[in-house]
Amino acid sequence: MTWFRDNTDKVMDLLLSHVWLSAVPIVLGFVIAVPIGWYANRHPRLRGFLLSVAGVLYTVPSLAFFLILPTIIGTGILAPTNVVVALTVYAVAIMVRSAADAFESVPPPVLDAATATGFAPAGRAFTVELPLAGPVLLAGLRVVAVSTVSLVSVGALIGVSNLGSLFTEGYRTDNTPEILIGVIGIVLLALAYDVLLVLAGRVLMPWSSTRATPRSGLRRLVGGGHA
Amino acid sequence: MIEYRSIGKTFADGTEAVGDFSLMLPSRTTTVLVGSSGCGKTTLLRMVNRMVDPTRGQVLIDDVDVATRNKVQLRRSIGYVMQHAGLLPHRKVIDNVATVLRLNGVDRKEARDRSYAVLETVGLDTSLATKYPSQLSGGQQQRVGVARGLVTDPNILLMDEPFGAVDPIVRDELQRELLRLQAELDKTIVFVTHDIDEAFLLGDQVVILRQGGVVAQVGTPKEIIASPADDFVRSFVGLDKGHRRLHVEERDGTRIVVDATGKATGVLE
Repeated sequence: MTWFRDNTDKVMDLLLSHVWLSAVPIVLGFVIAVPIGWYANRHPRLRGFLLSVAGVLYTVPSLAFFLILPTIIGTGILAPTNVVVALTVYAVAIMVRSAADAFESVPPPVLDAATATGFAPAGRAFTVELPLAGPVLLAGLRVVAVSTVSLVSVGALIGVSNLGSLFTEGYRTDNTPEILIGVIGIVLLALAYDVLLVLAGRVLMPWSSTRATPRSGLRRLVGGGHA
Repeated sequence: MIEYRSIGKTFADGTEAVGDFSLMLPSRTTTVLVGSSGCGKTTLLRMVNRMVDPTRGQVLIDDVDVATRNKVQLRRSIGYVMQHAGLLPHRKVIDNVATVLRLNGVDRKEARDRSYAVLETVGLDTSLATKYPSQLSGGQQQRVGVARGLVTDPNILLMDEPFGAVDPIVRDELQRELLRLQAELDKTIVFVTHDIDEAFLLGDQVVILRQGGVVAQVGTPKEIIASPADDFVRSFVGLDKGHRRLHVEERDGTRIVVDATGKATGVLE
Protein backbone atom coordinates (compact mmCIF):
# COMPACT_ATOMS: atom_id res chain seq x y z
CA MET A 1 0.00 0.00 0.00
CA THR A 2 2.94 2.32 0.65
CA TRP A 3 4.03 1.75 -2.91
CA PHE A 4 0.56 2.71 -4.14
CA ARG A 5 0.51 5.88 -1.99
CA ASP A 6 3.88 6.94 -3.40
CA ASN A 7 2.93 6.15 -6.99
CA THR A 8 -0.75 7.16 -7.14
CA ASP A 9 -0.20 9.61 -9.99
CA LYS A 10 1.63 7.06 -12.06
CA VAL A 11 -1.06 4.41 -11.47
CA MET A 12 -3.80 6.89 -12.36
CA ASP A 13 -2.02 7.80 -15.58
CA LEU A 14 -1.70 4.14 -16.48
CA LEU A 15 -5.35 3.55 -15.56
CA LEU A 16 -6.39 6.40 -17.83
CA SER A 17 -4.48 5.02 -20.80
CA HIS A 18 -5.86 1.58 -19.98
CA VAL A 19 -9.38 2.98 -20.12
CA TRP A 20 -8.62 4.68 -23.39
CA LEU A 21 -6.94 1.63 -24.95
CA SER A 22 -9.89 -0.60 -24.03
CA ALA A 23 -12.84 1.76 -24.58
CA VAL A 24 -11.98 2.52 -28.19
CA PRO A 25 -11.79 -1.15 -29.30
CA ILE A 26 -14.96 -2.01 -27.36
CA VAL A 27 -16.96 0.77 -29.02
CA LEU A 28 -15.44 0.24 -32.48
CA GLY A 29 -15.80 -3.53 -32.22
CA PHE A 30 -19.48 -3.17 -31.34
CA VAL A 31 -20.19 -0.67 -34.11
CA ILE A 32 -18.44 -2.81 -36.73
CA ALA A 33 -19.74 -6.18 -35.57
CA VAL A 34 -23.43 -5.33 -35.25
CA PRO A 35 -24.04 -4.69 -38.96
CA ILE A 36 -21.97 -7.76 -39.88
CA GLY A 37 -23.97 -9.88 -37.46
CA TRP A 38 -27.21 -8.46 -38.82
CA TYR A 39 -26.10 -9.26 -42.35
CA ALA A 40 -24.93 -12.76 -41.39
CA ASN A 41 -28.28 -13.48 -39.81
CA ARG A 42 -30.14 -12.34 -42.93
CA HIS A 43 -28.01 -14.49 -45.23
CA PRO A 44 -27.86 -17.99 -43.79
CA ARG A 45 -25.45 -19.13 -46.51
CA LEU A 46 -22.88 -16.50 -45.58
CA ARG A 47 -23.47 -16.83 -41.86
CA GLY A 48 -21.27 -19.89 -41.44
CA PHE A 49 -18.49 -18.32 -43.48
CA LEU A 50 -18.55 -14.99 -41.63
CA LEU A 51 -18.64 -16.63 -38.23
CA SER A 52 -15.75 -18.94 -39.17
CA VAL A 53 -13.62 -16.00 -40.29
CA ALA A 54 -14.39 -14.27 -37.01
CA GLY A 55 -13.51 -17.43 -35.09
CA VAL A 56 -10.18 -17.80 -36.89
CA LEU A 57 -9.27 -14.15 -36.22
CA TYR A 58 -9.80 -14.72 -32.53
CA THR A 59 -7.33 -17.61 -32.46
CA VAL A 60 -4.40 -15.41 -33.57
CA PRO A 61 -2.25 -15.00 -30.44
CA SER A 62 -2.42 -11.41 -29.26
CA LEU A 63 1.29 -10.83 -28.77
CA ALA A 64 2.05 -12.07 -32.27
CA PHE A 65 -0.75 -9.91 -33.61
CA PHE A 66 0.63 -6.80 -31.88
CA LEU A 67 4.02 -7.47 -33.44
CA ILE A 68 2.82 -8.23 -36.97
CA LEU A 69 0.37 -5.35 -37.23
CA PRO A 70 2.92 -2.55 -37.81
CA THR A 71 4.10 -4.28 -40.98
CA ILE A 72 0.52 -4.70 -42.17
CA ILE A 73 -0.87 -1.25 -41.45
CA GLY A 74 2.40 0.70 -41.51
CA THR A 75 2.31 2.07 -37.98
CA GLY A 76 5.33 2.54 -35.74
CA ILE A 77 6.30 -0.52 -33.72
CA LEU A 78 5.54 1.25 -30.43
CA ALA A 79 2.34 3.01 -31.56
CA PRO A 80 -0.72 2.48 -29.31
CA THR A 81 -2.68 2.23 -32.56
CA ASN A 82 -1.38 -1.32 -32.95
CA VAL A 83 -2.99 -2.32 -29.69
CA VAL A 84 -6.22 -0.50 -30.50
CA VAL A 85 -6.49 -2.05 -33.95
CA ALA A 86 -5.64 -5.55 -32.77
CA LEU A 87 -8.11 -5.37 -29.90
CA THR A 88 -10.77 -4.01 -32.22
CA VAL A 89 -10.26 -7.04 -34.43
CA TYR A 90 -10.67 -9.35 -31.42
CA ALA A 91 -13.73 -7.42 -30.28
CA VAL A 92 -15.28 -7.80 -33.74
CA ALA A 93 -14.33 -11.48 -33.77
CA ILE A 94 -16.24 -12.14 -30.52
CA MET A 95 -19.05 -9.73 -31.17
CA VAL A 96 -20.00 -10.90 -34.67
CA ARG A 97 -21.21 -14.23 -33.36
CA SER A 98 -23.11 -12.58 -30.50
CA ALA A 99 -24.66 -10.12 -32.91
CA ALA A 100 -25.75 -12.84 -35.33
CA ASP A 101 -27.26 -14.76 -32.39
CA ALA A 102 -28.85 -11.56 -31.11
CA PHE A 103 -30.67 -10.86 -34.35
CA GLU A 104 -31.63 -14.51 -34.60
CA SER A 105 -33.23 -14.24 -31.15
CA VAL A 106 -35.76 -11.66 -32.34
CA PRO A 107 -39.07 -13.52 -32.69
CA PRO A 108 -40.09 -13.75 -36.39
CA PRO A 109 -43.80 -13.10 -35.62
CA VAL A 110 -42.87 -9.72 -34.14
CA LEU A 111 -40.93 -8.82 -37.26
CA ASP A 112 -43.80 -10.00 -39.41
CA ALA A 113 -46.20 -7.88 -37.37
CA ALA A 114 -43.94 -4.85 -37.68
CA THR A 115 -43.82 -5.24 -41.45
CA ALA A 116 -47.57 -5.72 -41.64
CA THR A 117 -48.24 -2.58 -39.63
CA GLY A 118 -46.20 -0.59 -42.13
CA PHE A 119 -42.57 -0.36 -40.99
CA ALA A 120 -40.24 0.29 -43.91
CA PRO A 121 -37.20 -2.05 -43.99
CA ALA A 122 -34.69 0.46 -42.60
CA GLY A 123 -37.06 1.72 -39.92
CA ARG A 124 -37.75 -1.85 -38.91
CA ALA A 125 -34.04 -2.67 -38.65
CA PHE A 126 -33.27 0.28 -36.40
CA THR A 127 -36.41 0.62 -34.30
CA VAL A 128 -37.52 -2.99 -33.99
CA GLU A 129 -34.73 -5.45 -34.73
CA LEU A 130 -31.89 -3.58 -33.05
CA PRO A 131 -33.69 -2.91 -29.74
CA LEU A 132 -35.08 -6.43 -29.59
CA ALA A 133 -31.63 -7.85 -30.26
CA GLY A 134 -30.46 -5.67 -27.35
CA PRO A 135 -30.39 -8.17 -24.50
CA VAL A 136 -28.26 -10.70 -26.41
CA LEU A 137 -26.08 -7.91 -27.83
CA LEU A 138 -25.52 -6.70 -24.29
CA ALA A 139 -24.51 -10.16 -23.11
CA GLY A 140 -21.97 -10.29 -25.94
CA LEU A 141 -20.71 -6.81 -25.25
CA ARG A 142 -20.06 -7.69 -21.61
CA VAL A 143 -17.80 -10.54 -22.71
CA VAL A 144 -16.03 -8.22 -25.17
CA ALA A 145 -15.51 -5.55 -22.52
CA VAL A 146 -13.98 -7.86 -19.95
CA SER A 147 -11.86 -9.65 -22.52
CA THR A 148 -10.58 -6.38 -23.99
CA VAL A 149 -9.64 -4.91 -20.61
CA SER A 150 -7.60 -8.00 -19.87
CA LEU A 151 -5.98 -8.11 -23.34
CA VAL A 152 -4.84 -4.49 -23.17
CA SER A 153 -2.29 -5.51 -20.55
CA VAL A 154 -0.44 -7.63 -23.13
CA GLY A 155 0.27 -4.35 -24.91
CA ALA A 156 2.71 -3.53 -22.08
CA LEU A 157 5.01 -6.19 -23.51
CA ILE A 158 5.46 -4.18 -26.68
CA GLY A 159 5.91 -0.94 -24.76
CA VAL A 160 2.42 0.52 -24.87
CA SER A 161 1.83 1.88 -21.36
CA ASN A 162 -1.22 0.76 -19.40
CA LEU A 163 -1.92 -1.01 -16.12
CA GLY A 164 -0.15 -4.04 -17.58
CA SER A 165 3.08 -2.03 -17.40
CA LEU A 166 2.89 -2.55 -13.63
CA PHE A 167 3.32 -6.30 -14.29
CA THR A 168 6.32 -5.93 -16.51
CA GLU A 169 7.96 -3.29 -14.34
CA GLY A 170 7.10 -5.02 -11.09
CA TYR A 171 8.43 -8.31 -12.43
CA ARG A 172 11.67 -6.72 -13.53
CA THR A 173 12.23 -4.91 -10.23
CA ASP A 174 10.88 -7.79 -8.13
CA ASN A 175 8.18 -5.52 -6.72
CA THR A 176 5.21 -7.70 -5.70
CA PRO A 177 2.96 -4.83 -4.47
CA GLU A 178 3.30 -3.17 -7.84
CA ILE A 179 2.22 -6.37 -9.65
CA LEU A 180 -0.70 -6.74 -7.23
CA ILE A 181 -1.84 -3.18 -7.82
CA GLY A 182 -1.78 -3.93 -11.55
CA VAL A 183 -3.95 -7.02 -11.12
CA ILE A 184 -6.40 -5.28 -8.79
CA GLY A 185 -6.61 -2.26 -11.08
CA ILE A 186 -7.41 -4.39 -14.12
CA VAL A 187 -10.01 -6.46 -12.28
CA LEU A 188 -11.68 -3.34 -10.90
CA LEU A 189 -11.71 -1.72 -14.32
CA ALA A 190 -13.27 -4.82 -15.85
CA LEU A 191 -15.91 -4.84 -13.12
CA ALA A 192 -16.58 -1.14 -13.64
CA TYR A 193 -17.19 -1.70 -17.34
CA ASP A 194 -19.48 -4.61 -16.58
CA VAL A 195 -21.53 -2.65 -14.04
CA LEU A 196 -21.74 0.29 -16.43
CA LEU A 197 -22.98 -1.93 -19.25
CA VAL A 198 -25.58 -3.60 -17.05
CA LEU A 199 -26.84 -0.24 -15.86
CA ALA A 200 -26.93 1.10 -19.40
CA GLY A 201 -28.93 -2.00 -20.34
CA ARG A 202 -31.49 -1.34 -17.60
CA VAL A 203 -31.87 2.26 -18.67
CA LEU A 204 -32.04 1.57 -22.41
CA MET A 205 -34.11 -1.63 -22.18
CA PRO A 206 -36.56 -1.21 -19.34
CA TRP A 207 -38.84 -3.73 -21.05
CA SER A 208 -36.34 -6.51 -20.67
CA SER A 209 -35.29 -7.80 -17.31
CA THR A 210 -31.57 -7.48 -17.72
CA ARG A 211 -31.26 -9.46 -14.52
CA ALA A 212 -32.29 -12.50 -16.52
CA THR A 213 -29.52 -12.17 -19.10
CA PRO A 214 -26.69 -14.60 -18.48
CA ARG A 215 -24.03 -13.17 -16.22
CA SER A 216 -21.61 -14.40 -18.79
CA GLY A 217 -19.11 -11.55 -18.75
CA LEU A 218 -16.63 -12.70 -16.20
CA ARG A 219 -17.53 -16.35 -16.15
CA ARG A 220 -16.88 -16.88 -19.84
CA LEU A 221 -13.60 -15.08 -19.64
CA VAL A 222 -12.42 -17.17 -16.74
CA GLY A 223 -13.63 -20.35 -18.40
CA GLY A 224 -12.34 -19.74 -21.89
CA GLY A 225 -10.02 -16.81 -21.58
CA HIS A 226 -7.44 -15.84 -24.11
CA ALA A 227 -4.50 -13.53 -23.60
CA MET B 1 -64.84 -2.97 -51.84
CA ILE B 2 -62.16 -5.62 -52.15
CA GLU B 3 -62.07 -7.89 -55.14
CA TYR B 4 -60.00 -10.98 -55.78
CA ARG B 5 -59.73 -11.56 -59.53
CA SER B 6 -58.54 -15.05 -60.56
CA ILE B 7 -55.91 -15.15 -57.86
CA GLY B 8 -53.27 -17.86 -57.81
CA LYS B 9 -50.27 -18.33 -55.57
CA THR B 10 -47.46 -20.80 -56.02
CA PHE B 11 -44.69 -20.50 -53.47
CA ALA B 12 -41.01 -20.61 -54.43
CA ASP B 13 -40.74 -24.24 -53.31
CA GLY B 14 -43.47 -25.21 -55.78
CA THR B 15 -46.39 -25.67 -53.39
CA GLU B 16 -49.57 -24.23 -54.73
CA ALA B 17 -51.33 -22.40 -51.89
CA VAL B 18 -54.14 -21.01 -54.03
CA GLY B 19 -55.22 -22.27 -57.44
CA ASP B 20 -57.78 -19.91 -58.89
CA PHE B 21 -59.73 -17.75 -56.48
CA SER B 22 -62.22 -14.99 -57.22
CA LEU B 23 -64.41 -13.14 -54.74
CA MET B 24 -66.09 -9.82 -54.08
CA LEU B 25 -66.03 -8.41 -50.55
CA PRO B 26 -68.62 -5.66 -50.21
CA SER B 27 -67.61 -2.53 -48.29
CA ARG B 28 -68.65 -2.10 -44.68
CA THR B 29 -69.33 -5.77 -44.17
CA THR B 30 -67.46 -8.59 -42.53
CA THR B 31 -66.27 -11.40 -44.77
CA VAL B 32 -64.96 -14.47 -43.01
CA LEU B 33 -62.62 -16.87 -44.77
CA VAL B 34 -62.93 -20.18 -43.00
CA GLY B 35 -61.21 -23.49 -43.59
CA SER B 36 -58.77 -26.01 -42.18
CA SER B 37 -55.06 -25.32 -42.15
CA GLY B 38 -53.59 -25.45 -45.63
CA CYS B 39 -56.67 -24.01 -47.33
CA GLY B 40 -54.81 -20.80 -48.16
CA LYS B 41 -57.00 -18.50 -46.09
CA THR B 42 -54.14 -16.62 -44.45
CA THR B 43 -52.32 -16.37 -47.77
CA LEU B 44 -55.44 -14.82 -49.29
CA LEU B 45 -55.80 -12.39 -46.40
CA ARG B 46 -52.19 -11.29 -46.62
CA MET B 47 -52.57 -10.48 -50.31
CA VAL B 48 -54.77 -7.52 -49.42
CA ASN B 49 -51.90 -5.62 -47.78
CA ARG B 50 -49.25 -7.20 -49.99
CA MET B 51 -47.62 -9.24 -47.27
CA VAL B 52 -47.95 -11.89 -49.99
CA ASP B 53 -48.03 -11.05 -53.68
CA PRO B 54 -50.13 -13.34 -55.88
CA THR B 55 -48.40 -15.27 -58.65
CA ARG B 56 -51.40 -14.81 -60.91
CA GLY B 57 -54.41 -12.51 -60.92
CA GLN B 58 -55.14 -9.26 -59.14
CA VAL B 59 -56.41 -7.97 -55.82
CA LEU B 60 -58.30 -4.71 -56.13
CA ILE B 61 -59.31 -2.24 -53.44
CA ASP B 62 -61.96 0.14 -54.75
CA ASP B 63 -60.99 -0.86 -58.29
CA VAL B 64 -57.28 -0.10 -57.79
CA ASP B 65 -54.90 -3.03 -58.19
CA VAL B 66 -52.89 -3.22 -54.96
CA ALA B 67 -49.83 -4.27 -57.01
CA THR B 68 -49.65 -0.68 -58.26
CA ARG B 69 -49.42 0.67 -54.74
CA ASN B 70 -46.34 1.16 -52.58
CA LYS B 71 -46.26 -1.75 -50.12
CA VAL B 72 -45.34 0.28 -47.07
CA GLN B 73 -47.91 3.01 -47.74
CA LEU B 74 -50.56 0.40 -48.46
CA ARG B 75 -49.91 -1.42 -45.17
CA ARG B 76 -50.09 1.81 -43.21
CA SER B 77 -53.54 2.43 -44.65
CA ILE B 78 -54.93 -0.97 -43.62
CA GLY B 79 -55.52 -2.24 -40.10
CA TYR B 80 -53.98 -5.63 -39.34
CA VAL B 81 -54.71 -7.76 -36.31
CA MET B 82 -52.96 -11.07 -35.93
CA GLN B 83 -52.89 -14.11 -33.71
CA HIS B 84 -50.93 -13.53 -30.48
CA ALA B 85 -51.48 -9.80 -31.10
CA GLY B 86 -47.95 -9.34 -32.52
CA LEU B 87 -47.22 -6.37 -30.29
CA LEU B 88 -43.74 -4.90 -30.09
CA PRO B 89 -42.39 -6.19 -26.75
CA HIS B 90 -40.05 -3.22 -26.27
CA ARG B 91 -42.75 -0.57 -26.51
CA LYS B 92 -45.39 0.36 -24.02
CA VAL B 93 -49.01 -0.40 -24.82
CA ILE B 94 -49.76 3.20 -25.72
CA ASP B 95 -46.73 3.39 -28.04
CA ASN B 96 -47.69 0.12 -29.68
CA VAL B 97 -51.07 1.59 -30.51
CA ALA B 98 -49.55 4.88 -31.64
CA THR B 99 -46.99 3.16 -33.89
CA VAL B 100 -48.84 3.45 -37.18
CA LEU B 101 -49.85 7.04 -36.48
CA ARG B 102 -46.24 7.93 -35.81
CA LEU B 103 -45.18 6.12 -39.00
CA ASN B 104 -47.75 8.20 -40.84
CA GLY B 105 -46.13 11.36 -39.48
CA VAL B 106 -48.75 12.31 -36.88
CA ASP B 107 -47.08 14.31 -34.11
CA ARG B 108 -46.41 12.68 -30.77
CA LYS B 109 -49.05 14.45 -28.74
CA GLU B 110 -51.88 13.89 -31.18
CA ALA B 111 -50.81 10.26 -31.68
CA ARG B 112 -50.99 9.69 -27.92
CA ASP B 113 -54.36 11.35 -27.56
CA ARG B 114 -55.86 9.35 -30.38
CA SER B 115 -54.32 6.15 -29.02
CA TYR B 116 -55.83 6.71 -25.60
CA ALA B 117 -59.20 7.30 -27.24
CA VAL B 118 -59.04 4.08 -29.23
CA LEU B 119 -57.92 2.10 -26.17
CA GLU B 120 -61.16 3.21 -24.55
CA THR B 121 -63.09 2.27 -27.66
CA VAL B 122 -61.86 -1.32 -27.45
CA GLY B 123 -62.68 -1.42 -23.76
CA LEU B 124 -59.20 -1.48 -22.33
CA ASP B 125 -58.50 0.13 -18.98
CA THR B 126 -56.28 3.11 -19.85
CA SER B 127 -54.23 2.53 -16.71
CA LEU B 128 -52.66 -0.32 -18.70
CA ALA B 129 -51.40 2.11 -21.32
CA THR B 130 -48.00 2.56 -19.73
CA LYS B 131 -47.38 -1.17 -19.24
CA TYR B 132 -45.33 -3.35 -21.53
CA PRO B 133 -47.17 -6.04 -23.53
CA SER B 134 -45.63 -8.87 -21.50
CA GLN B 135 -47.35 -7.46 -18.40
CA LEU B 136 -50.79 -7.96 -19.96
CA SER B 137 -52.98 -11.05 -20.23
CA GLY B 138 -53.55 -12.65 -23.61
CA GLY B 139 -57.00 -11.14 -23.89
CA GLN B 140 -55.76 -7.67 -22.97
CA GLN B 141 -52.94 -7.96 -25.51
CA GLN B 142 -55.45 -8.88 -28.16
CA ARG B 143 -57.52 -5.80 -27.34
CA VAL B 144 -54.39 -3.73 -27.78
CA GLY B 145 -53.87 -5.49 -31.11
CA VAL B 146 -57.38 -4.51 -32.19
CA ALA B 147 -56.80 -0.95 -30.96
CA ARG B 148 -53.61 -0.76 -33.01
CA GLY B 149 -55.51 -1.98 -36.06
CA LEU B 150 -58.19 0.66 -35.60
CA VAL B 151 -56.15 3.67 -34.53
CA THR B 152 -55.71 5.19 -38.00
CA ASP B 153 -59.41 4.72 -38.64
CA PRO B 154 -58.69 2.59 -41.73
CA ASN B 155 -61.45 1.52 -44.09
CA ILE B 156 -60.17 -2.02 -44.11
CA LEU B 157 -59.35 -4.23 -41.16
CA LEU B 158 -57.58 -7.56 -41.73
CA MET B 159 -57.90 -10.05 -38.90
CA ASP B 160 -55.87 -13.26 -39.01
CA GLU B 161 -57.24 -15.69 -36.40
CA PRO B 162 -57.10 -12.88 -33.85
CA PHE B 163 -58.90 -14.78 -31.13
CA GLY B 164 -57.36 -18.18 -31.79
CA ALA B 165 -54.92 -18.11 -28.90
CA VAL B 166 -57.12 -16.88 -26.04
CA ASP B 167 -59.25 -19.02 -23.77
CA PRO B 168 -62.90 -19.64 -24.71
CA ILE B 169 -64.41 -17.21 -22.21
CA VAL B 170 -62.18 -14.34 -23.29
CA ARG B 171 -62.72 -15.30 -26.93
CA ASP B 172 -66.45 -15.04 -26.39
CA GLU B 173 -66.03 -11.60 -24.88
CA LEU B 174 -63.74 -10.39 -27.67
CA GLN B 175 -66.10 -11.68 -30.34
CA ARG B 176 -69.03 -9.78 -28.84
CA GLU B 177 -66.81 -6.73 -28.53
CA LEU B 178 -65.91 -6.96 -32.21
CA LEU B 179 -69.59 -7.17 -33.17
CA ARG B 180 -70.30 -4.07 -31.09
CA LEU B 181 -67.35 -2.22 -32.65
CA GLN B 182 -68.37 -3.20 -36.15
CA ALA B 183 -71.93 -1.98 -35.54
CA GLU B 184 -70.40 1.37 -34.55
CA LEU B 185 -67.52 1.68 -36.99
CA ASP B 186 -68.70 -0.03 -40.17
CA LYS B 187 -65.33 -1.25 -41.41
CA THR B 188 -64.68 -3.60 -44.28
CA ILE B 189 -63.39 -6.55 -42.31
CA VAL B 190 -61.65 -9.59 -43.70
CA PHE B 191 -61.51 -12.20 -40.97
CA VAL B 192 -59.70 -15.53 -41.11
CA THR B 193 -60.54 -18.42 -38.82
CA HIS B 194 -60.74 -22.20 -38.72
CA ASP B 195 -63.69 -22.05 -36.34
CA ILE B 196 -67.02 -22.30 -38.16
CA ASP B 197 -68.97 -21.04 -35.14
CA GLU B 198 -66.83 -17.92 -35.05
CA ALA B 199 -67.35 -17.52 -38.81
CA PHE B 200 -71.13 -17.76 -38.48
CA LEU B 201 -71.17 -15.38 -35.51
CA LEU B 202 -69.09 -12.63 -37.10
CA GLY B 203 -69.54 -12.99 -40.84
CA ASP B 204 -72.01 -11.16 -43.03
CA GLN B 205 -70.49 -13.20 -45.81
CA VAL B 206 -68.85 -16.53 -45.06
CA VAL B 207 -66.46 -18.21 -47.48
CA ILE B 208 -65.80 -21.87 -46.83
CA LEU B 209 -62.52 -22.99 -48.37
CA ARG B 210 -61.17 -26.39 -49.29
CA GLN B 211 -57.46 -27.14 -49.68
CA GLY B 212 -55.69 -24.94 -52.22
CA GLY B 213 -58.01 -21.96 -51.88
CA VAL B 214 -60.90 -23.70 -53.64
CA VAL B 215 -64.21 -22.13 -52.67
CA ALA B 216 -66.62 -24.73 -51.36
CA GLN B 217 -69.41 -22.23 -50.74
CA VAL B 218 -69.99 -18.50 -50.33
CA GLY B 219 -73.05 -17.12 -48.58
CA THR B 220 -74.59 -15.74 -45.46
CA PRO B 221 -74.54 -18.09 -42.49
CA LYS B 222 -78.25 -18.68 -42.96
CA GLU B 223 -77.88 -19.55 -46.62
CA ILE B 224 -75.08 -21.97 -45.88
CA ILE B 225 -76.99 -23.73 -43.11
CA ALA B 226 -80.21 -23.79 -45.15
CA SER B 227 -78.63 -25.19 -48.26
CA PRO B 228 -75.09 -26.48 -47.92
CA ALA B 229 -73.52 -26.82 -51.36
CA ASP B 230 -72.21 -30.35 -50.87
CA ASP B 231 -71.17 -33.01 -48.40
CA PHE B 232 -67.88 -31.21 -47.68
CA VAL B 233 -69.74 -28.12 -46.53
CA ARG B 234 -72.34 -30.16 -44.69
CA SER B 235 -69.59 -31.92 -42.78
CA PHE B 236 -67.46 -28.79 -42.26
CA VAL B 237 -70.43 -26.88 -40.87
CA GLY B 238 -71.27 -29.86 -38.70
CA LEU B 239 -74.72 -30.53 -40.11
CA ASP B 240 -73.92 -34.22 -40.07
CA LYS B 241 -73.19 -34.07 -36.35
CA GLY B 242 -75.68 -34.13 -33.58
CA HIS B 243 -75.35 -30.62 -32.21
CA ARG B 244 -76.70 -28.88 -35.32
CA ARG B 245 -79.66 -31.25 -35.86
CA LEU B 246 -82.31 -29.77 -33.65
CA HIS B 247 -85.89 -30.69 -32.98
CA VAL B 248 -88.57 -29.36 -30.70
CA GLU B 249 -90.02 -31.28 -27.77
CA GLU B 250 -92.77 -30.18 -25.47
CA ARG B 251 -92.30 -30.32 -21.69
CA ASP B 252 -95.01 -29.04 -19.35
CA GLY B 253 -96.33 -26.64 -21.97
CA THR B 254 -92.94 -25.22 -22.92
CA ARG B 255 -91.43 -26.02 -26.28
CA ILE B 256 -87.77 -26.80 -25.86
CA VAL B 257 -85.12 -27.34 -28.50
CA VAL B 258 -83.19 -30.58 -28.32
CA ASP B 259 -80.29 -31.68 -30.51
CA ALA B 260 -79.79 -35.10 -32.05
CA THR B 261 -77.71 -36.29 -29.13
CA GLY B 262 -80.62 -35.59 -26.81
CA LYS B 263 -79.06 -32.49 -25.25
CA ALA B 264 -81.53 -29.69 -24.49
CA THR B 265 -80.04 -26.53 -25.96
CA GLY B 266 -82.73 -23.89 -25.51
CA VAL B 267 -86.33 -22.75 -25.49
CA LEU B 268 -88.44 -21.97 -28.57
CA GLU B 269 -90.20 -18.62 -28.33
